[in-house]
Amino acid sequence: MPGGTAFSWLPPTTVAVPILGAALLLAVGRWLPRWLTDAIPTAVAAGITVLTACLLARTADGHVVTWSGGWRPTHGFSVGIVMVSDPVGAGAALLSAALATLALLYSWKYFESVEAHYHALVLLFLAGMQGFALTGDLFDMFVFFELMGASAYALTGMKVEDPSALQGALNFGIINSLGAYLTLAGVGLLYARTGNLGMPQLHQSLEGRPVDALVVAAFVLVLTGFLVKGAVAPFHYWLDDAHAVAPAPVCVLFSGIMVPLGVYGALRVYWIVFAGVLPGADIRRAFLVLGVISALVGAVMCVGQRHIKRLLAFSTIAHAGLFLCALALLSEDGTAGALLYVAGHAGAKAALFLLAGLLLNRFGSVDEHGLYGRGRSERLMPWLWVLGALALAGLPPFGTALGKAISEEAAIKGGDWYLSIVFVAVSGLTGGAVLRVAARIYLGLGPRPREGEAQAFESTGEEKSEARLRSAPATMVVPIVALLAGTLVAGVIGGSRSAFSHAAAYFTQPGAYVHAAMTLTAGTVSSVRQPNWTGLGLGLGFVSVAVALVTAAAGVYSSVLADRLAPLVRVGSAPMRVLRQLHSGHVGDYVAWLMTGVAVVGALVGLPLVR
Amino acid sequence: MSVYGYLVAFWLVLAGSFGIVRSRDLIHSVVCLSVAQSGTYVLLLSIGFQTKATPPVYGSPPSTPTRSVTDPVVQAMTLTDVVVSATVTALLLAMAVQIHKRHGTLDPDELRALRG
Repeated sequence: MPGGTAFSWLPPTTVAVPILGAALLLAVGRWLPRWLTDAIPTAVAAGITVLTACLLARTADGHVVTWSGGWRPTHGFSVGIVMVSDPVGAGAALLSAALATLALLYSWKYFESVEAHYHALVLLFLAGMQGFALTGDLFDMFVFFELMGASAYALTGMKVEDPSALQGALNFGIINSLGAYLTLAGVGLLYARTGNLGMPQLHQSLEGRPVDALVVAAFVLVLTGFLVKGAVAPFHYWLDDAHAVAPAPVCVLFSGIMVPLGVYGALRVYWIVFAGVLPGADIRRAFLVLGVISALVGAVMCVGQRHIKRLLAFSTIAHAGLFLCALALLSEDGTAGALLYVAGHAGAKAALFLLAGLLLNRFGSVDEHGLYGRGRSERLMPWLWVLGALALAGLPPFGTALGKAISEEAAIKGGDWYLSIVFVAVSGLTGGAVLRVAARIYLGLGPRPREGEAQAFESTGEEKSEARLRSAPATMVVPIVALLAGTLVAGVIGGSRSAFSHAAAYFTQPGAYVHAAMTLTAGTVSSVRQPNWTGLGLGLGFVSVAVALVTAAAGVYSSVLADRLAPLVRVGSAPMRVLRQLHSGHVGDYVAWLMTGVAVVGALVGLPLVR
Repeated sequence: MSVYGYLVAFWLVLAGSFGIVRSRDLIHSVVCLSVAQSGTYVLLLSIGFQTKATPPVYGSPPSTPTRSVTDPVVQAMTLTDVVVSATVTALLLAMAVQIHKRHGTLDPDELRALRG
């Protein structure tokens, strides 16, 4: 049988194997030599990468459906639990496995001493992401969300001797868990209304029903957890704290795939469960408002940072906002653009985090001001950093640029031309901030940043390094080069094959998903066109790079500019100070924002329905 | 089932969240998180509850039920939720203990490492 049940063993295997590997490592870890502690989990993650690649190839012909324990639907009714793999889910699973492999490889030399529980946690984290991406059951989504969460909190706070790491992990844990509980409450409300937990069944029970307050409440609550994970403003405050303190290889997994998975969860639930009942125009407006706000907040905060990992974290917030904007168009083009953008961004951002980790291990700091000019003797690193920054800004032919270009064209086609300005500005500003770091550290450009300039409301980049390295070992350089090459390949292949628009067509056609799950036969989807480079897309990509170069130059010579343009600086610094003070590191404030966010989303979705 | 259970659930979630917002102690924050989660237990159990229904336990061999029973699915969900909560609470409490060891304080207002 094509699609349907063939290869139905594959999705559960990709969840079970990392969990078994983690259990094995924890059981025998203390007797293993260091090289085996490193090699076994890397091999497991590499194996999962191969399996998920097979799954992705398989899903090109239709959904792969697994009813666990053989509890298949009879006469369109089922009490079973289902995993449904489509190209987007399988692609996310592949991306998470590939990033985990590279992160584990990088960890060989990153940690001078590390125990097996680090590797076990990475494998559990991987299992959570696989399950979250592949499951078709809403309650399972919550369970895998929490599995991802619990291992992520532990990985963030792994440096138990560092109090700021623990504080970051605690903030992350409380906010994410609270979000997850609200998601669970939403799942409960949906179950109360329909008696179903599987997304295909929920689709069937809700489709065409009149919308009422309970459905809206359930939607908003379910979404909350995913938006927290997706770092969408005003749910995003945990992200910069967690990224600033987590080890660099862990940040790779956070920024590269965990945050996009949050956005994925929100859109997956919308498309499969709610698309038939909630009006698309309202959802589109709600997502666009949230997306634009997080993109702008992330970009502005990114430019204002001197702690390099925090700077990269704010750029992730900005890009997650852009992904949400592209997906919010609720069109096949916009979704294809977002998918390509996520793939390209994962490579560029992950490479940059690994480079930041290398800086930490070489020079014992990730503070842009303290590191001024200290990287002058490096040979390869400056080039890699500049390439990563330009990829982030959207230089063609990187995958980020193609994803951005397709999203912008989709936005213009959908009548939201202002979105293309947001895309260009945000990618330019974040790319420029990263470029400024390279200019200061590796090239020693501009005046030396004044000492003692750190202000009361600012984080500097002081962090304890895990090991002191004289030079960059191959196991740390290879993942960085591989990630940047991957971003490049995504841009080249994405423009020549229709894979991404095909995947987007699967994602945005819930009918095929439900049909495949309930009847175990592969549904067919048709995609409209294949995404490709256009003159407009290329042009906007180069405009972004120009914005990035100007931002970087302005940043490097900021002290000179500040003297010339003093009145302008005074006007700009007040809102900036307020924005910084909002990121207070106080978990209570973050919870207050979370509740505000729930109210805002509720108002955005619910108020237009009141007539 | 009256609306009472739902109101209690709603109240618990809000009270727990408000507790975290106002908290001056990280242990207190973590316990407030558990309070908020208890709200989800009450919600789930209220959904499955029926007046004068018995537990969903059948004899062996199973026969067609002749009486109404409470919904076992939400009870299974609640159990899963309890397990999740135990893990997360234990982890967060361990972190709070460690913060106290290193910082000598549990007041989030005095932890000023992560800002701006």
